[in-house]
Amino acid sequence: MSLSHHHLNTNILPTLSATIPTPFPLVFSAPIVSFLSFIFSSPLSLPSSPPIFSPFPSSLPTRKKMATAFSPSKFAAQPFPLNTTSQNNPLTIPTTASPFLGSTRKLIRLSSSSNLNIRRRSGTVVAVSDVVKENKSKSTLNLLITKEEGLELYEDMVLGRAFEDMCAQMYYRGKMFGFVHLYNGQEAISTGFIKLLKQQDSVVSTYRDHVHALSKGVSARAVMSELFGKTTGCCRGQGGSMHMFSREHNVLGGFAFIGEGIPVATGAAFTSKYKREVLKEADCDHVTLAFFGDGTCNNGQFFECLNMAALWKLPIVFVVENNLWAIGMSHLRATSDPQIYKKGPAFGMPGVHVDGMDVLKVREVAKEAIGRARRGEGPTLVECETYRFRGHSLADPDELRDPAEKAHYAARDPITALKKYLIENSLASEADLKAIDKKIDEVVEEAVEFADESPVPPQSQLLENVFADPKGFGIGPDGQYRCEDPKFTEGTAQV
Amino acid sequence: MAATFHGVGATVAALSSSSSSSSPSNSFGSKKLLSSPSRSFSVRKRASFTMVRSEGSMNFDLNSKGRRAQQLIANAVATKADSSPASSSSKPGHELLLFEALREGLEEEMERDPRVCVMGEDVGHYGGSYKVTKGLATKFGDLRVLDTPIAENSFTGMGIGAAMTGLRPVVEGMNMGFLLLAFNQISNNCGMLHYTSGGQFTIPIVIRGPGGVGRQLGAEHSQRLESYFQSIPGIQMVACSTPYNAKGLMKAAIRSENPVILFEHVLLYNLKERIPDEDYICNLEEAEMVRPGEHVTILTYSRMRYHVMQAAKTLVNKGYDPEVIDIRSLKPFDLYTIGNSVKKTHRVLIVEECMRTGGIGASLIAAITENFNDYLDAPIMCLSSQDVPTPYAGTLEEWTVVQPAQIVAAVEQLCQ
Repeated sequence: MSLSHHHLNTNILPTLSATIPTPFPLVFSAPIVSFLSFIFSSPLSLPSSPPIFSPFPSSLPTRKKMATAFSPSKFAAQPFPLNTTSQNNPLTIPTTASPFLGSTRKLIRLSSSSNLNIRRRSGTVVAVSDVVKENKSKSTLNLLITKEEGLELYEDMVLGRAFEDMCAQMYYRGKMFGFVHLYNGQEAISTGFIKLLKQQDSVVSTYRDHVHALSKGVSARAVMSELFGKTTGCCRGQGGSMHMFSREHNVLGGFAFIGEGIPVATGAAFTSKYKREVLKEADCDHVTLAFFGDGTCNNGQFFECLNMAALWKLPIVFVVENNLWAIGMSHLRATSDPQIYKKGPAFGMPGVHVDGMDVLKVREVAKEAIGRARRGEGPTLVECETYRFRGHSLADPDELRDPAEKAHYAARDPITALKKYLIENSLASEADLKAIDKKIDEVVEEAVEFADESPVPPQSQLLENVFADPKGFGIGPDGQYRCEDPKFTEGTAQV
Repeated sequence: MAATFHGVGATVAALSSSSSSSSPSNSFGSKKLLSSPSRSFSVRKRASFTMVRSEGSMNFDLNSKGRRAQQLIANAVATKADSSPASSSSKPGHELLLFEALREGLEEEMERDPRVCVMGEDVGHYGGSYKVTKGLATKFGDLRVLDTPIAENSFTGMGIGAAMTGLRPVVEGMNMGFLLLAFNQISNNCGMLHYTSGGQFTIPIVIRGPGGVGRQLGAEHSQRLESYFQSIPGIQMVACSTPYNAKGLMKAAIRSENPVILFEHVLLYNLKERIPDEDYICNLEEAEMVRPGEHVTILTYSRMRYHVMQAAKTLVNKGYDPEVIDIRSLKPFDLYTIGNSVKKTHRVLIVEECMRTGGIGASLIAAITENFNDYLDAPIMCLSSQDVPTPYAGTLEEWTVVQPAQIVAAVEQLCQ
């Protein structure tokens, strides 16, 4: 039983908490089909090697074999029949439909039945694409975003992409060092979620955190300086690529060990609840977003925090950026049940799967999840299917992943898709978007210049932020606190 | 805030009234040893005007007190504490047990600042496994005194996240050993995030819990984590040993902007002492002079302080005059108090409950040798627990931990 169609109806939402565990709306589209077919036809799991993806999942002969292994009954986004006796093949979606179908909101209005019926869904799927096409020439009322929002989303994603590309360049030119993990391909998730937040909301990320920081509002120059290790960086050069922090924008890191940030995010959500209930700041509805990957979902801290967040109904959204690979470990090889969203209901929170290459879909789901958290209804687990176009880090040769898989996802580039959507729906013109591209290029260039010209940290900075209260360095043999020793501020004192 | 120097008188009194057994049920009488209450008050007052610079002149007063103490010690081996007023301050003070002192400190800080909250297993409805948080949940509510599920790594991390975003949590490990599970969060986040964020986020968290070797609790419940945590940059570690310094350190730790780990000891929770009524804190970075002396400096902390004081009675009767310092601050060391003592006695004995390898004693030897090598007449001796998982059998357990007889023998050897 699943209420996937109805979750987005606002009048249903208050009852959502009473119907735990219930999977959240599982938006689906042809790309999800492709995703599933990819899973099913992964060369690692099947003896035969069918094409990895296809807009016509029905053409995959092996699909049915694997279908039962996944028990996808809860996975509402089954755009294909589970068995041969299904009513009809829902996937007669015309291949010309853009892989970008928008949200299921239209589905709710169009569909009147509450039954999860594949045939009906297939019908509505077709209808949606028709509706989208019909409305192209009409007003923007039926679209998901306004022009301003669309341009904002586009700009944010282009900033993320341009910035990361520049990082790669700078790394190979020897301007930044260490481990640098780039976010190319996953921009839809960062933009889709973070652009819905207020400044006081918090974001917690992993080592792949440049774009989360940028989306949250940290300036490109501060991030680039940090990467160059300059003192003007957002963390004074002390954090580096994997530790982006910003008090002003409530970016709580940047963590190198996976799973480490999830309890910190839980704590930030706890503070929000505490402020509201103990400190009586009645309007405190700060939400925390915790971003992490598929590999993290096998880690104890993930499960422990799902439990605590659901137990205390903390205002947090757990966002899984499932890019299918943890360095060289395929998600399917590491996880007994690869459908991460299912782990939400096990703890009493909704679990949603969404196409993470589609920024509008992500945004719809994010609105829902963040809204839930703001209203005090508790946490949500959102699994975003996505892909990283580059290797795990700039040191990763990325030889293990199948080029066909990479090509498949490259075709679903979120920026290209949004661009197409904006143009097809007359929300923006090519010229508008090109202007944004140019503007972002300038921003990124300027950030590099700024970082280049910034000074490196002096030795006096070495001991400066070890303790908030530097008395923590103790009392020296002469009876003075060490922090009062002038050599201390030069960074040469012995501690 | 009144930052009174640790009561010199209190600790001197402790020496005299400790009973012969090393059980923790010593009853600490009032600070009666000082012949004139007003004198003790003035000493404390003179010392209290600054926490930063302990005056060297203090030592002279201490010496005279020490001698006076010596005369009385021979008579006061087993005398019970009389009920004269505890301190010469205007209020009489009140008597309580160490766990109650911790609770009092915690409660006062929670009343003072609504952002102070407690998190841990069984801290709420159960009142804490050692009753340190008893009654607090009823008073402050279930959210301020939060009963967590059994997930140390995650709720410690949660405490850190809460600290970063404005709260002041006190995280309790039911037993310090359980905090091994939280090592990831304590090392990576607690200690490092202030630095890694370039100073943007402070983490005013207090992590506390009982550790140490108890009464046949078995290896895993008898761990001394101070040695494991001491290398973590960015944290402070303190160990309490008396009700007075337990309350003082608890309050200071909560008020501190740094992450502080407060080590309590399972066997010391029932110590009784009379403590002042007024608000006071103990400086986190200072050591405590327990018994001034001339012949040898004995550095110790937590439970071993009582073994040392017991050995001190024997030593005094044999004619030695040990100076006993409870270092209290395990990280950083108070090298001023320690240094002054070394310069006076030229002999150092360290008595600790940590393992021999890589323990607090090892670090202390390094620090003293680095800074005060010229003042030493003999190599530093260090008595630590055996590098052995604490066995269950009572006899074996007794042999893993330093006993007073060994301390006496060590001092005799050192002072040859």
